[in-house]
Amino acid sequence: MSKLELQHAVEQFLYRQAEILDGKRWQDYIGLFAKDGIYWMPADPSHKTWEGMPAIFAEDINLMTVRMDRVMHPDAWSQRPHWGTNHVVSNVVIEKTSPNGDVHVRSRFHMLELRRDDVRHFAGSYRHHLKKAKDGYRIKLQRVDMTNAQAAYDYVLQVWV
Amino acid sequence: MLQEQFADLAKCVEPDRVRREVYTEPAIFELEMQRIHERYWIYCGHESQVPKPGDYYTVQIGRQPMLMVRGKDKRVHVLYNRCPHRGNMMCGDRHGNTGEFFRCSYHAWTFQHDGALRTIPMMESGYAGTRYGKDNPDCSMKKAARVESYRGFVFASLAKDGPDLKEFLGESKIAFDDMCDRAPEGEVEVVPNCFRVIQHSNWKIFLENQLDALHPSVVHQSTGRAAHEMEKRIEKKTGKAPLSYHMLSAFATVTIDKWDVFQTLNYPQGHCILTGYMGLRPKDSDTLAYEKVMQKAYGKQRAESILAVNIHHVLIYPGLSVQSPLQQLRAVRPLGVDKTLTEIWHFRLKGAPEPIYRRSLAYYNLVNSPATLINADDLENFWKCHQGLSSDGGDWVSFGRHFGRDIEKPGGMVETGPNMGTSEAPMRNQMKAWAQYMAAGR
Repeated sequence: MSKLELQHAVEQFLYRQAEILDGKRWQDYIGLFAKDGIYWMPADPSHKTWEGMPAIFAEDINLMTVRMDRVMHPDAWSQRPHWGTNHVVSNVVIEKTSPNGDVHVRSRFHMLELRRDDVRHFAGSYRHHLKKAKDGYRIKLQRVDMTNAQAAYDYVLQVWV
Repeated sequence: MLQEQFADLAKCVEPDRVRREVYTEPAIFELEMQRIHERYWIYCGHESQVPKPGDYYTVQIGRQPMLMVRGKDKRVHVLYNRCPHRGNMMCGDRHGNTGEFFRCSYHAWTFQHDGALRTIPMMESGYAGTRYGKDNPDCSMKKAARVESYRGFVFASLAKDGPDLKEFLGESKIAFDDMCDRAPEGEVEVVPNCFRVIQHSNWKIFLENQLDALHPSVVHQSTGRAAHEMEKRIEKKTGKAPLSYHMLSAFATVTIDKWDVFQTLNYPQGHCILTGYMGLRPKDSDTLAYEKVMQKAYGKQRAESILAVNIHHVLIYPGLSVQSPLQQLRAVRPLGVDKTLTEIWHFRLKGAPEPIYRRSLAYYNLVNSPATLINADDLENFWKCHQGLSSDGGDWVSFGRHFGRDIEKPGGMVETGPNMGTSEAPMRNQMKAWAQYMAAGR
């Protein structure tokens, strides 16, 4: 795969991920992760590992499934009001490629969220460790450093950003 | 009109119900900040947050911006975050180290860590013959009237008079005893991360929810069920699911009819204790290893009595909610009549094996983080509660569940009756204390 093709493939993957989130296709989202994949939003940008550290999210597929099942339950009260999101992903930079096809990529995101009548903005950076799979990539680790996370939370996050 | 209506605040509180304005009226909020939060003992932080001289953390007490700072003398001081010269805020960051002394960013007045004036630029030429100088206490940063700590937990009171900290805490000090005793070294250490979550509701709505044993199975069912399903699946596959799933599934497996078996103990200061329910003393190898370390540290008998303490939650009125067996606490900072900040911390048991810390951490992340699987639905209800109370649809908030069946003990402690754990006694008790504080502060 040429550099350009690789860049294209990785970008397409990130765009698809954003579409899945905005489409609230939670099972498809979990499906993007490797069996041992982790979704991680550190409590602090200085954190180097999710293990044994306070984290906003630090979820394997099992915990992600709990989150999905909970959000889809009719009595998940905080999820009852109408809400929707729009993710834009950009600044995609491939940091590292491995002979086995794994890719480390960083990017930036901007998300607009509408909840009831309120519009909010969230932004930050993604860092994906993608594992090569037969049909594309699977996420081994997705690190999300959300800039808003350094201020008091005037909201609660209920799904992955 | 307002003054007329609320001239006698006592009329707002009846034994089993409270006027809605107590939650929504800005004038009442101002009064309760003066008469409660700026008078009684408010939690500032843990000593381990400020280990080195000059380390500080800002903290809000009532409406007052304060800071907790470690002095060169090793003592922890609590000061108003304000320069006595022109009123400039001294520390603009939430926390940090101020160095050898405080230095105002406006005109460079400097102060010792205990707030005492150190220097003013060109003090002699600028101030000779004036009333300003080191001899005038008004030229130093003002201190909190009283600062005390209990087992490393620092509290301040902005009033000179009143009960001392130990007397004020009374039985609720078990929150800190239980947390610290569970450490083989008898001490805890803060994990330096604070989750700060804003609630768009009155501070009392949060406090009332803390020992409301009826709400979990209604509010947290969605998470409880989802976690229980996963717990069963993992158990089937591997024989044992991590304890973190149990922490969540208990919200569903303890069904609404089972919550009555628990008990709340309610004290005249407004403090409340909820007896435990989470089964946090399993028989797995991690727990057994920890129990061995405890026995070595304390002796078998004492270790057993520590581990047998069965409380889930202690509410220390008016602003602290402690879950000692999980080493977490939430400090409540009212920001406005309809806006409340919670500061959420957790602690390491000094000398305990790492897996025991990981339990506390799992609870911190899953229940208390800003992506919480539990509190999100509480916040939604708090907001809806405040919205409803702002309407003219009714004048009263009712606390009638098991009213008249509470058991009053000598000394004023009120216990819920047998099999009445869902009693609204904690809310009745908090409002009774509130009315007394408000009347005393007049």
